[in-house]
Amino acid sequence: MTLDRVAPFGFGLLVLLGWELGVRWAEIPPYVLPGPLAVLAAFFADPSGLLWSLLSTLAVTFTALAVSATLGATLALATAFSRLAQAAIQPWAVILQVTPIVAIAPLVIIWVNDPFISLVVCATIVAFFPVYANTVAGLAAAPAELLDLFRLYGAGRGRTLWLLKLPAALPFFLAGLRISGGLALVGAVVAEFVAGSGGFASGLAYRIMEAGFRLQIPRMFAALVLLSLAGIAINLGLGVVARVLMRQRGETRADA
Amino acid sequence: MALQDASLTIARGDFVALLGPSGCGKSTLLRLIAGLDRPDTGSLMWEQVPAPGEIGFVFQDSTLLPWATAEENIFLPLRLRGIGRATARDDVRAALARVGLQGFEGARPRELSGGMRMRVSIARALVTRPRILLMDEPFAALDEFTRHKLQADLLALWRELGCTVVFVTHSIYEAAFLARRVVMMTPRPGKIAREIASTLDGSTGNRVDPAYTALVAEIGAAMDAAMAA
Repeated sequence: MTLDRVAPFGFGLLVLLGWELGVRWAEIPPYVLPGPLAVLAAFFADPSGLLWSLLSTLAVTFTALAVSATLGATLALATAFSRLAQAAIQPWAVILQVTPIVAIAPLVIIWVNDPFISLVVCATIVAFFPVYANTVAGLAAAPAELLDLFRLYGAGRGRTLWLLKLPAALPFFLAGLRISGGLALVGAVVAEFVAGSGGFASGLAYRIMEAGFRLQIPRMFAALVLLSLAGIAINLGLGVVARVLMRQRGETRADA
Repeated sequence: MALQDASLTIARGDFVALLGPSGCGKSTLLRLIAGLDRPDTGSLMWEQVPAPGEIGFVFQDSTLLPWATAEENIFLPLRLRGIGRATARDDVRAALARVGLQGFEGARPRELSGGMRMRVSIARALVTRPRILLMDEPFAALDEFTRHKLQADLLALWRELGCTVVFVTHSIYEAAFLARRVVMMTPRPGKIAREIASTLDGSTGNRVDPAYTALVAEIGAAMDAAMAA
């Protein structure tokens, strides 16, 4: 069992070792493909600069995630209350979902003066859909027999929502939030790329572009590694939040 | 159409089993009585129209809220009727004791066995002191041993509470063991084929009583005849 847990790290180390040795053996120049040690060195050459940029990207990510969660849950609730609201909202949510963010981002950046807000808007557009769609599905997932039971005792819409539909939707909401967390980071990075130096000019995506222009490939890689570590941390963190909440309710669900 | 020309009178305090194969409309009939569905034609007539809470319903699945404890699940019908937690406390405890689950107040459904979950479900139906208890194949998913125990306990509860029970089942043995009156139904479209009054004396259920065995045989034969017709 413990070997199972160690295996991915062992495999990762093995790949890194092969990468380092391969780069050295083939004498690939670092501006084409730096070895892992060179990437590490690039990070430690300017750790605070890269970490501040990470923080800036994370600020956009988490703000966008919070907005997505609030907006998604609220709109999902509206659809649960009225069929008309569902009919009105659903197609627009899908349109927002299928339109590539790189196509919308320039417009958003022109329209919204504040660079931070413009980035948050872009990241929210990307992150909004999963949490919304999952919550809609969750609110509709209450078993028909339980709905019958509530009807039998003359429960109104409010009580049915509060005592049955909302608690039934929680695991769905949490699963959606986990997907949205990763997407918020993607959205933040894409928006930073599109905004370029005209935008906030402090996020990790900007560091990647900057390093690219200067052919500081190891630094590019270092920023990239930070981004993917941040993505993993967000995913695992939201997974832990979901598990803890579900365990507190006395449920353990494999999917939450 | 699930039901056609189905006419049935149920007396106060009776224990009626609706017996038939899948698709004979017995569940539909139960839902009509509960007011969960409306008949396209025909009507229900009540001696005294039941208020919400005067009908208890037990589904085939225990249909408990998975995130709530046994106590909270049993409290639910009272809560939906606008009764406060403190006021309901004694009733909830009494209902839990009635189905033999004292000490399991704080247990979540996932921590209980299938039989215990069904007991909680029955306690939930009883907590409002219903005049009528409707049960839709409540024991069908349980193992034989648990089912026998729950059937005997249900009979004892019915004698103690004196409420009217309408019990849907596809088991001839179950119908014979429980009911005072067996209403036999045939499918497509659902019809009431025959009624058989129980000849058992109604003392604590005895499965080796020759009268029980004879009743099972009688219902079985009547079922074969009805299905062949």
